[in-house]
Amino acid sequence: MSYIIDRRLNAKKKSTVNRQRFLRRYKQHIKRAVEEAIHDRSISDIERGGEVTIPRRDISEPVFHHGKGGKNTRIYPGNKEFVTGDEFQRPEGGGGGGAGQGKASNQGEGEDNFTFSISQEEFLDFMFEDLELPYLVRKQLKDATSFETRRAGFSTSGSPEKLHIVRSLRAAHARRIALGREDRKEIRELRKQLWALEALPTGEVSQEEMQALRDKIAELDKKARRLPFIDDFDLRYNNLIRVPVPSSKAVMFCVMDVSGSMTQTIKDIAKRFFILLYLFLERNYKQIELVFVRHHTHAKEVDEQEFFYSRETGGTIVSSALQLTADIIDARYSPADWNIYVAQASDGDNWDGDSATCSDLLMKRILKKVQYFAYVEITTGPHQNLWYEYEHVHQAFPDEFSMQHITDASEIYPVFRKLFEKRTEGAA
Amino acid sequence: MSATKKRKPISTGSEWTFDLIEDYDREIGRVAKNFGLDTYPNQIEVITSEQMMDAYASIGMPLNYSHWSFGKQFVDTEQNYKRGRMGLAYEIVINSNPCIAYLMEENTITMQALVIAHACYGHNSFFKGNYLFQTWTDASAIIDYLLFAKNYISQCEERYGVDEVEQLLDSCHALMNYGVNRYKRPRPLTAAEERERQMAREEYIQRHLNDLWNTIPRKEVSEEAMVVRYPKEPEENLLYFIEKNAPLLEPWQREVIRIVRKIAQYFYPQKQTQVMNEGWATFWHYTLLHQLYDEGLVTDGFMMEFLHSHSSVIYQPPFDSPYFSGINPYTLGFHMMSDIRRICEKPTDEDREWFPDIAGSNWIETLDKAMRNYKDESFIMQFLSPRLMRELRLFAILDDAERPTLRVDAIHDEMGYRRLREELSAQYNLGNREPNIQVYNVNVRGDRSLTLRHYMHNGQPLGDTTDEVLKHVHRLWGFDVLLESVTPKNEVIHAYHCPPRESTIELA
Repeated sequence: MSYIIDRRLNAKKKSTVNRQRFLRRYKQHIKRAVEEAIHDRSISDIERGGEVTIPRRDISEPVFHHGKGGKNTRIYPGNKEFVTGDEFQRPEGGGGGGAGQGKASNQGEGEDNFTFSISQEEFLDFMFEDLELPYLVRKQLKDATSFETRRAGFSTSGSPEKLHIVRSLRAAHARRIALGREDRKEIRELRKQLWALEALPTGEVSQEEMQALRDKIAELDKKARRLPFIDDFDLRYNNLIRVPVPSSKAVMFCVMDVSGSMTQTIKDIAKRFFILLYLFLERNYKQIELVFVRHHTHAKEVDEQEFFYSRETGGTIVSSALQLTADIIDARYSPADWNIYVAQASDGDNWDGDSATCSDLLMKRILKKVQYFAYVEITTGPHQNLWYEYEHVHQAFPDEFSMQHITDASEIYPVFRKLFEKRTEGAA
Repeated sequence: MSATKKRKPISTGSEWTFDLIEDYDREIGRVAKNFGLDTYPNQIEVITSEQMMDAYASIGMPLNYSHWSFGKQFVDTEQNYKRGRMGLAYEIVINSNPCIAYLMEENTITMQALVIAHACYGHNSFFKGNYLFQTWTDASAIIDYLLFAKNYISQCEERYGVDEVEQLLDSCHALMNYGVNRYKRPRPLTAAEERERQMAREEYIQRHLNDLWNTIPRKEVSEEAMVVRYPKEPEENLLYFIEKNAPLLEPWQREVIRIVRKIAQYFYPQKQTQVMNEGWATFWHYTLLHQLYDEGLVTDGFMMEFLHSHSSVIYQPPFDSPYFSGINPYTLGFHMMSDIRRICEKPTDEDREWFPDIAGSNWIETLDKAMRNYKDESFIMQFLSPRLMRELRLFAILDDAERPTLRVDAIHDEMGYRRLREELSAQYNLGNREPNIQVYNVNVRGDRSLTLRHYMHNGQPLGDTTDEVLKHVHRLWGFDVLLESVTPKNEVIHAYHCPPRESTIELA
């Protein structure tokens, strides 16, 4: 009478299409939420996916319904002390009259918010969409120090435990077909002749002729059967190769100018840039440490919160930050164990006499130890002496040092891309 | 009886297996049959919580067309579930033949048995027996129809673009409650017939675009003809009217409207029998599982767990509780069903006075009759007993916008019983719950504008989303839309226009 069916293995994501439709429809809202998240969230936490909140009235589906007013009688349960004829004030907040259409609807036009989460991947999609980037391309970085074994097709030699049976048998089969081809062709011909003879009335053909044909067929058949079923030549082995994997530890230095000339917009752009770099590194390394160094006339190692949000004013001496970075590297991050990345963001302002010191520090103390040093200058104005000084550094260390110029948020990703282009191509 | 009493329990642990589910289903089915429950065959499907959320999102149906609003529902359910703000329903049951019921894999065997009793025998027999379901829905065709709808709409999406179809569906959904025939009923069609008809309809409409818009001049244009309204009688089914008469719609758009309308019609009986349906199912899971207990087929532990969840299902928070959100249909339904049984089995003098025809009768027959022939409104009107009103401590509050205070109109006493019963019954009258809006006129000879009329009930105005809905009507109709709120004295007291007009212009 009853059928019991196990549906648990059926397609789970039946609602995916509908969910996608929903996301598509509210793209603008979600983008806004993602932008806010990029702004508010801590760097290392940005990739997590997240909650998106949309005002409920924006997504409600309107229907005709009764408004407030008119005469309305409602029945309530749980009377305690009321008797017929009691009168009292309307409760505040509309709890009385209009409410109570059976169960509270979640599609009413309440002013609360509609919150839902999107996955990490969707989050990144929305985040990079802004930068016109659908997916981050995953690429190897050079200077890998460890290896892992991976499958890489099949080879004709190898140890017995790597034997690939299906492939081997397939090769054997192919060989048997190829080698037996001529013989089989002949057998087919002879058979045809034989049938032709057999079709004739008995008196007209000589039995000897037919017997000769039969013998010939039998001989050829025997020959074809002598082909070995499997030969050494057929054997195929799983081929394993060793691929370099990047060292699993990396440290990323975020160096930023926080002097008076750095506005919140510039800092925002810088932050996005740091995030991108972090995401990129995270895809290549298992463990990443972040070091935040900010500076005006003095440099200081700070935590993330302070790095992005504290307000400072004052002059700018970039070398102080580089000095500190070099010190930290020496003290804590030995280049033998760590992949070191430095990203520096600034509006290009520097005290005139300092720029030479900067290039000196870079060339002597930093660039030899780091994987990569990326400098972004976020400014709409003309370049100042720091930029020109750095150009010399770039010429001296074209592999380790690169610099780019950003004028507004839309350029972050292209610039980021440019910064990493050469390096990834070199490794690929 | 004592011979069966010593039977071995079906299970003792809380884990379920397919064999156990089968055993329980067999036993519950046997007991249900003894009580005379007539059901469709059952198809019990075990699913995961994720699949349950999927089912939730597509209005409980195993398949449905794609629309963002289902995605919204899904995302909302998922979020609430993950945060532990809500549990998922234990079951979803679909009015189809065979009757499909979902069991969640996370549940214990007790819960599975409860769901089987509740859905596969309670709801199932209700679907099969109740007159509204019999007249309005066709259980054998619904799954096929949904499949047809899903395919048709995805074809439309391919052909005319997702956005185009989505907008159309948005508009149809806005009017979904007005896509039902409340009174007349067409003969049910099978899915195959439906497809044929659809082709024929498309062709027909292509060839004879509505008479209504025939531009060939009429022979006689008398003064009288000018006054005749179209439609002659107001039409309650807005989607139907639009499907048949909107001048600019393409054939496929008419078909999509039809699909939404059909689905609305399918769900209409469920909206009208919430209290009865849930009450019936709850009453029967309670009765069936107790019967199993009496026969010794389930353990004390099983009963404890079952009663725990049973009593939380039928809990009714009092009106002043923060959890109060209207009358719980499970509570009301369950109590009314049990009360009918009590009236049949142990009538008091009061019952004899109030229910002379059922007091002391056979309870199984009486309940069966009630289940078959009533909907919420009439069921309450007929069977709500004074005793139950006292137990639930019901009282009526009159909220009259013209008076500064609320008034307690009736309570559970001799004076109030009848009034309470009437009011509660009216509360379940869909005609009162949803504004009564009908197609009143089309300006056939002029600007083709459509006039809807809202026949006001108890002086209640329309809510604040009216203008938004009107935009949807306008999208479907293609020309100006006018909505008038009319008092019982036939005075128009408020008019909405889409596109908005100068409010000073009086209606022609």
